[in-house]
Amino acid sequence: MTTTEPRIIPMGLALNEAMDIAMGLDEKVFLLGEDIAEPSGGVYKITKGLSTKYGTHRVRKTPISEAAIIGAAVGAAIAGYKPVAEIMIMDFIAVCLDQITNHAAKIRYMSGGQTTVPMVIRTSAGAGRQFGAQHSEMLEAWAVHTPGLKVVVPSNPADAKGLLISSIFDPDPVLFVEPMLMYWDPQYACDVPVGDNRIPLGKANIVREGKDVTVISYGKQVHDAVKAADILAGEGVSVEVIDLRTLVPLDEATVLASVSKTKRAVVVHEAVTRCGFGAELSSRIHEELFGTLAAPVARVGGQNTPVPYAKNLETAFVPQVADIVAAIKSLNK
Amino acid sequence: MATTNRPDSPDRETLVQMYEIQSKIKTTDERFRSMLTSGQIQLIYYSPRGQECISAGYAVHLRPDDYVVTIYRGLHDHLAKGVPMRELWAEFLGRSTGTCKGKGGPMHITHPDSGLVVTTGIVGSGIPIANGFGLAAQLSGTDQVTVVNFGDGASNIGAFHEGMNMAAVWKLPVVFVCQNNLYGEHTPMSMSTGVEYISERAAAYGMPGVTVNGNDPVAMWHAAGEAIARARAGEGPTLIEARTYRFYGHLMGDAMEYMPKEERKAAMAADPVPAFRAWLLENGHATEAQLAEIEDKIVAMVDDAVEFAMNSPEPSLDELYTDVYEEITK
Ligand SMILES: Cc1ncc(C[n+]2csc(CCOP(=O)(O)OP(=O)(O)O)c2C)c(N)n1
Ligand SMILES: [Mg+2]
Repeated sequence: MTTTEPRIIPMGLALNEAMDIAMGLDEKVFLLGEDIAEPSGGVYKITKGLSTKYGTHRVRKTPISEAAIIGAAVGAAIAGYKPVAEIMIMDFIAVCLDQITNHAAKIRYMSGGQTTVPMVIRTSAGAGRQFGAQHSEMLEAWAVHTPGLKVVVPSNPADAKGLLISSIFDPDPVLFVEPMLMYWDPQYACDVPVGDNRIPLGKANIVREGKDVTVISYGKQVHDAVKAADILAGEGVSVEVIDLRTLVPLDEATVLASVSKTKRAVVVHEAVTRCGFGAELSSRIHEELFGTLAAPVARVGGQNTPVPYAKNLETAFVPQVADIVAAIKSLNK
Repeated sequence: MATTNRPDSPDRETLVQMYEIQSKIKTTDERFRSMLTSGQIQLIYYSPRGQECISAGYAVHLRPDDYVVTIYRGLHDHLAKGVPMRELWAEFLGRSTGTCKGKGGPMHITHPDSGLVVTTGIVGSGIPIANGFGLAAQLSGTDQVTVVNFGDGASNIGAFHEGMNMAAVWKLPVVFVCQNNLYGEHTPMSMSTGVEYISERAAAYGMPGVTVNGNDPVAMWHAAGEAIARARAGEGPTLIEARTYRFYGHLMGDAMEYMPKEERKAAMAADPVPAFRAWLLENGHATEAQLAEIEDKIVAMVDDAVEFAMNSPEPSLDELYTDVYEEITK
């Protein structure tokens, strides 16, 4: 019997399915990372059951050695494997940044295309759990600033699954940033297709159509953008919301078409505002559409500080729905 | 009985002082866990329960101007080095009166007045920094010693190997205390580490390495005393591997399904703190009344600190922007 019943699952499970499918399709796919094998199946349980199904030779628990994890992934990728390395929390990529930026990112170029690095680095990220300054950052801009890396930040379980399968089979190294707060929270669960639902990298999603202003975001903040749009709909402002899904490659065509229509844009992300992805995107919009804009592009992002511990300060660090609403209103003056 | 009887054991005063530190750690930890379980407070919590003797064993050799560097599982080191109870609690609770104004949190307790100079959440990263404290002491010709604490898992990260080598080459006054609780997060040491004893690694860098029963306060006191004296005399670093056990898994809420039940039961049955207490009494190093008085004092101190922290305000919102630079800088 075929069914069209929706299958509502959280992002953590969707990611697990993506790796399961990729490993089933291609024996060159393997996983490595701290604590990812049974019995724990990862500290966030994202790889639960996979070592039992595929064996510990393909779901490899590693020592606490981030540089060695990424280095091994780089080497194996050049040698023809498709490694999926997990760096438990994004702040820890600082420990293996040499392997990421000097090696994974540049090897195709430096070798004149002879050697390539088809690997994925999965990492959890984001503030909101009072984990403090070393366990809460969104550092995607570091990777965007490094030619050779692709950068993906999913905003919902279906996209997470489809984008992860595509990333695993992508010929280039991909940094795959998973918003930590979305893993198991049922409020972010959604209908996720069974099977191989690949979503191409570089294709943004228009989450909501509107005509007065375009809000461009990615990851968890897409949901805040939609909430802001709901609030403003009640005040007669029609907001279009674009979920970029991938920052590299960037779907500029979708963004520019939308902003050409609305003439106003707000870029929203959790990462620190200064030199965040919003700076790049805002600049691109101005370069392409300067004369036609009704207002300068606005940015809503994290404060230019480390992530504080105290609950009230952490909340003040992270952009809130009210900040997005205020930014949109400021463009309509 | 885990505690060694040796003729060159510490004097009574030191023994009781070590017990006082252990008891302070145990009582504080118990209060944190009970308040977390009852939902009175909410925070990420890495219990040091089971590892008390290690911190007590080195701390009694240190001067206030000696430095200690530790990790997220650091409450025992913080208390042993003398971080004040009230400020410690307030920081864990994210209050403005905390050691770091509530901005750092439990993973980053810092109290320079006590010599607790760095607490880090990045595995292994305290080791090279400790070398910097050692270097500063060496350059300025003081005889301050730095004790850096880390786990067994941390001995597999590059920073450990780079740091150990540099300390040996420069003969830095640093004591490396590997608190080997047999697990790194959910992975047993045997699955992540190529040697049976972390102390074996010291040989590769040309420094002495010893393995000690970290649950035996007197053995720990001896090992730490020798290493600290060596560092203070300018003879260079030592690696101490102190074998112990974490009673409550990696962090609060850990299902601990990866820890054999029998192993954990046996470790908890051999709880080093009550064992040391009994040993002190049996050997006439302390009286029941004396220890009970110490324990009562500690309970009162924890009560006071909890009340202080719970009644302290959150940081003001302006604090978000201060301390990024010396002056607020756009
Ligand atoms: C560089 C880095 N990698 C991973 C982590 C996540 N992590 C936090 S604690 C921990 C285990 C460390 O084990 P160990 O060094 O034995 O110390 P213990 O927690 O047992 O005291 C891991 C993997 C981290 N904080 N930093
Ligand atoms: Mg350990």
